[in-house]
Amino acid sequence: MLPEIGNFILILAMTIALAQGIIPLVGAARGIPGWVAFARPAAWVQFLLLVMSFGILTHAFVVNDFSVAYVANNSNSALPLMYRISAVWGGHEGSLLLWVMLMGGWSAAVGLFSKRLPPEMVARVLAVMGLVGVGFTSFVVFTSNPFDRYFPAPMDGRDLNPLLQDFGLIVHPPMLYMGYVGFSVAFAFAIAALLGGRLDAAWARWSRPWTIVAWLFLTLGIALGSWWAYYELGWGGWWFWDPVENASFLPWLVGTALMHSLAVSEKRSTFKSWTVLLAIFAFSLCLLGTFLVRSGVLTSVHAFASDPTRGVYVLMLLGIVVGVSLFIYAWRAPQVKSAGNFALLSRETFLLGNNVLLVVATATILIGTIYPLILDALELGKISVGPPYFNAVFVPLMIPLVIALGIGPLSRWKQDSFERLAKMLRFALLASLVLGVLWPWLLFGQLDFMVVVGATISIWLVCSILVDLYYRSRHKSSLWKGMTSQPLSFYGMSLAHMGVAITVIGITFSSYYSLEKDLRMAPGDELELGGYLFRFDGVRDNHGPNYTATEGVVTVSKNGEHVATLHTQKRNYTVQQMPMTEAGIDPGLFRDLYIAMGEPLGDGGWAMRIYYKPFVRWIWLGSLFMAFGGILAASDRRYRLMAKRKAGLKADAKLAVQES
Amino acid sequence: MKARYLIPLVVFLLMIGLFGVGLKLDPSKVPSPLIDKPAPQFSLPDLHDREKLVDTAVLREHKVSLFNVWASWCVACRQEHPFLMELARSGDVPIYGLNYKDKRPDAINWLNRLGDPYTASAFDEEGRVGIDWGVYGVPETFVVDSKGVIRYKQIGPLTEQAWQETILPLINQIRAEEG
Repeated sequence: MLPEIGNFILILAMTIALAQGIIPLVGAARGIPGWVAFARPAAWVQFLLLVMSFGILTHAFVVNDFSVAYVANNSNSALPLMYRISAVWGGHEGSLLLWVMLMGGWSAAVGLFSKRLPPEMVARVLAVMGLVGVGFTSFVVFTSNPFDRYFPAPMDGRDLNPLLQDFGLIVHPPMLYMGYVGFSVAFAFAIAALLGGRLDAAWARWSRPWTIVAWLFLTLGIALGSWWAYYELGWGGWWFWDPVENASFLPWLVGTALMHSLAVSEKRSTFKSWTVLLAIFAFSLCLLGTFLVRSGVLTSVHAFASDPTRGVYVLMLLGIVVGVSLFIYAWRAPQVKSAGNFALLSRETFLLGNNVLLVVATATILIGTIYPLILDALELGKISVGPPYFNAVFVPLMIPLVIALGIGPLSRWKQDSFERLAKMLRFALLASLVLGVLWPWLLFGQLDFMVVVGATISIWLVCSILVDLYYRSRHKSSLWKGMTSQPLSFYGMSLAHMGVAITVIGITFSSYYSLEKDLRMAPGDELELGGYLFRFDGVRDNHGPNYTATEGVVTVSKNGEHVATLHTQKRNYTVQQMPMTEAGIDPGLFRDLYIAMGEPLGDGGWAMRIYYKPFVRWIWLGSLFMAFGGILAASDRRYRLMAKRKAGLKADAKLAVQES
Repeated sequence: MKARYLIPLVVFLLMIGLFGVGLKLDPSKVPSPLIDKPAPQFSLPDLHDREKLVDTAVLREHKVSLFNVWASWCVACRQEHPFLMELARSGDVPIYGLNYKDKRPDAINWLNRLGDPYTASAFDEEGRVGIDWGVYGVPETFVVDSKGVIRYKQIGPLTEQAWQETILPLINQIRAEEG
């Protein structure tokens, strides 16, 4: 009975979303206050209903109700409770329900934190979100209903895909979806502003914190996915340029461009129609990613069960949402006047450079991702595009981006002078050129051109952030006082930029200095790698709630001292009959030791793969810095301050002085 | 409405059109001109023993055999590998490997670590034989009968589903034909 109620509530949520999408929109156009005021309560009720529906599905998993087809396909009575709950979003239907619920959550949050916004604006924003919500909720209801029943009910479920039985996969999808649907807020603001003819600094300021929060969730989601791939897939890689990974990376790149472009729109009132277009693109790419992943048009290692009707539905949804919004753009954007002009050397130019590089990077990755599909559709043959293409096009675009990133925050709006920037940055330049060679050489004793490039640009970035902090703070009576008087948004930006430097170092050092050895090991065998001695102590049997495992034990020592005991497993999940390798990892800030066990080779010997991966954690550490920077920037006092003042022009001027 | 503001819309509509066509296609289905044609001749060194040769004749020694193109650098090969191991263990049908554009130590390590399902693997370092066989991507699996004729080609990983629904019935049919 309960699942039917869940289904009913879901349908109810869909109808409310429809009302939320139409009534406030008409109200705003005709000036009917009662209809405008409908938006907020509708968003809250819709969210409440979606939470209830999601809760009912979760309940079905918790109590092992295998008469619900989705539960039977993705769970098993032997599955631990934690994974039974995360299995709710382990398959197509449930993950879409999660998506819809989170989207409702964002609408409710917009309703809650928009008290100071003009009511028509709120009405339009929530209406746009409501309409997108209708699209996705109906997708769940009509093509991917998680409440469908099996009759007769099977005795037990088919179990969750073993790859997904892991902590990383419990948190990865919610984070990623929070990011995806979060961009619907920036999108809705952009469409609402276009419709209302209010593309001004205030619009940009309202959009900024929402965009930053969506971006930071997406950052965390991508980082978690990469970290999960690293320790769970058992071959030590952390990014594969797989279509599904690209699908999450594309909106991240455009979202990053959007955050920066919004800054220009807010402060200088230029780039506005470009910013709107980026907001549309960012969310469109989220939808496109959904289409690519769920429709089966591309082959990927993340195989969701694909189904042509679903593909058609998502394609229609994509076509309507993006087509209509681009039409509105073509119709309204020509009326947008961009005010300010700026000199060639100015902060505007650096931010424009940032945007151009990020958008070009997005375009090249997008082309690489859908190129096989394009050729196929034009009947020109089948090909696959692999990591060599993506690395070859992406890396050269990121190098100038990071270099410019060092200068941009120090530059002035409107016009700057080369002499001023050169004077501030000469020591940073010198330090990065010297340390960029010296640091990797002292650490590893050998150099590669790309390593020097990677280290140099990262150190350059870090030094320039410190220079920036110094120059902003030195006017106060003491440096400390100057530092504490900087706004949170400055520290947020600096931390996020620092995160970029950290990630670049992680990628560079771990790519060029990792050591790897495949070998046969019998109990007692030893191997020296990267200064560590690995001794294979043999295997033993082990088992978990729903798998049996053979566990290999390897003791690691350095200069005779014990470092770690690593356990690696070959698991066999009993229901799905799927073998899995669990890597044994000793994590460290400066290096990971990583072992994975292969097949038995007879006479007690086992195939073993051993890695020494320096600085690999820095890749994800950098993402944490970026996300934390995002939290600081979004919680800056001025967004709350601005909310209190209506036009806020005075504060604007003050802040512009502070920030330059 | 100025024309340049319409550019995003036009580009997008073109993309939607392509996706629409793409939806009708199955990325794992590629018609091969080689189906029902004799398998292209090859003679390559054995992966494990460079003195030994593996050639087209081995495929004619069995009523039906699988010819699987793989490489240690290929992610999807790793995905299909457990299934190949299972097939090999059942001993139902011999599997010959074409190790495609790989390095010998990498390939041998890969097999040592994960297990070797192949009766023999031919070592196609430069991918010439792969070109003759019309290999688009790795992995691919060909079903070859005792006359050395290619009967089917699976693009992408060999899955339980493809095996049960398409390949196994075909193999039974070939066996029945040959009595």
